[in-house]
Amino acid sequence: MTMSIDELEELARRCRVEIVKMVYRAQAGHPGGSLSEIDLLCALYGNYLRVKPDDPEWDDRDRFILSKGHASPGMYAILAEMNFISSQDLESYRVLGGVCQGHVDSKWCPGVDFSAGSLGMGLSFGMGCAVAGRLSNSNRNVFVMLGDGEIQEGSVWEAAMAAKHHELGNLKVILDCNRIQNDDFCETQMRMFDIPAKWRSFGWDVKEIDGHNMEQITEGLDFLVQNKANPSVLIAHTIKGKGVSYMEDNPAFHGAAPNDEQYSVAMSELGEVVS
Amino acid sequence: MTRMAATRDGYGQALLDMASNEKVVVLEADLGKSTKSLHFRKAYPERTVSCGIGEQNMMLTAAGLAASGYIPFASTFAIFTERAFEQMRNGIARPNLPVHLCGSHGGTHTGTDGSSAQSIEDLAIFRTLPNVVVLHPCDDVSTRVLTNQLIELNQPSYTRTARNKTPVFYDGRENEVTIGKGVVLNTGSDVAIIACGVMVSEAMKAAESLATKGINAAVVDMHTIKPLDTELIDKLARDCGALVTAEDHNIIGGLGGSVAEFLSSNIPTPLERVGVKDRFGESGQAAEMLDLMEISAPFIALAAERAINRKQ
Repeated sequence: MTMSIDELEELARRCRVEIVKMVYRAQAGHPGGSLSEIDLLCALYGNYLRVKPDDPEWDDRDRFILSKGHASPGMYAILAEMNFISSQDLESYRVLGGVCQGHVDSKWCPGVDFSAGSLGMGLSFGMGCAVAGRLSNSNRNVFVMLGDGEIQEGSVWEAAMAAKHHELGNLKVILDCNRIQNDDFCETQMRMFDIPAKWRSFGWDVKEIDGHNMEQITEGLDFLVQNKANPSVLIAHTIKGKGVSYMEDNPAFHGAAPNDEQYSVAMSELGEVVS
Repeated sequence: MTRMAATRDGYGQALLDMASNEKVVVLEADLGKSTKSLHFRKAYPERTVSCGIGEQNMMLTAAGLAASGYIPFASTFAIFTERAFEQMRNGIARPNLPVHLCGSHGGTHTGTDGSSAQSIEDLAIFRTLPNVVVLHPCDDVSTRVLTNQLIELNQPSYTRTARNKTPVFYDGRENEVTIGKGVVLNTGSDVAIIACGVMVSEAMKAAESLATKGINAAVVDMHTIKPLDTELIDKLARDCGALVTAEDHNIIGGLGGSVAEFLSSNIPTPLERVGVKDRFGESGQAAEMLDLMEISAPFIALAAERAINRKQ
């Protein structure tokens, strides 16, 4: 059953609340990139990804690879909403023995296909999944979410070149372009110039959207799933820390937790009453 | 006349042996002619993934295949596997995916390409990764047998093969070769020489020369560096009281380091380690390199006498 735009927006709001709660409880983690990606994840899981929460290892599931694995609170929030994990599991984020490891890990968390944590690795892994899908005569899709800072890793472009060489039309990238990386703005750390042109020159089909506009996200994901001729990339322009005013566009909240006062402000802005 | 062969040919044969299993896939990084995966590629192009000159991508593509139920065999030069070490660590070893990596042209024995191509660290670095099995067979027959056994392993592995031909020991003895079990190729009670890869034949030559001096040296082919056959090493330590390791690898962290770790914690025994003395090589023929690095048979024999002299 398809979720409406309103339902997806409410789903994303609830996820944002959980993202901030996770990072606040752990007093560590990566809120900025979780908040920038979450609208995309909600639409993907809500309406597109063919997965079975009661059978996470289902062979013929679509794959979702969070290559920017530090943005794990976003993924845990949507996995809990989809019932891959429980809401109690979210309290285990960064806690010894918890299913919600600091970076998403397939050995620890149901519904996680790729053990991430080192940037630049997910697209190659996704390529392997896409080759496997073709060898298995399956029409399943492989979605890989990359961060824009992440594509500074050279191996991303090894994979981009190889995916087109092998004509992997079942491989789809969602690029979370939030313009900020660990230390500062991408523009300062390493200018990437014309990102869409780079992907096009590697033979990929490209579409750009506002990554916080659910209608545009829906159009973008339609483009990815309908395009089977080429590997394709959805370039989503997002705002790091989206939804929490003091985190928005602020490099300080790439990897930092809110204090008590900031936490209250965040909950209030996200429409959550703190008891 | 002893048959001569290169271990990399055993790897290529093994891939063909396993091809009837449709889950077996092969990955290459533009060196299939050298690592010998080319035979599989020619026969099964649909199950061979060319990754171009891109080792990092190759390793993780293999990981994605393994996570999807396939059994990938990826190869390149031993030295270039090191470029993808972190991919092996984070993308393969950590999730314990059965990706089988083969590094050919390992060691100084690879010869005239010079030091940039002479991996002398690979056994050490891959040995440090949890879940990873590390193999370094000595001839084409044992390489073929061991590679065939990997298919049942269900965990990642690294196998070093060599470029150049060395004497074959296992013709007709295929059933003596098992992952994790060293093979006693020569019995002896005065000293035990534990060798791997191209150094096994050097160890056999050393044993012959020691015999002319009345010294009975056991020679063991320790084709599995990890998990180490500690039961056998314990027995050799008790029976011989002096040990030598021999490897075409840095003296730090490889077979010698591995044996030393076991002995020092369990059964302290005089041990002499023959290996590359923490230096880089240069261009030269295989035999010249072993002499230059002071790891050829005469140096093993000298080490054996030193080990014997250290017995209490």
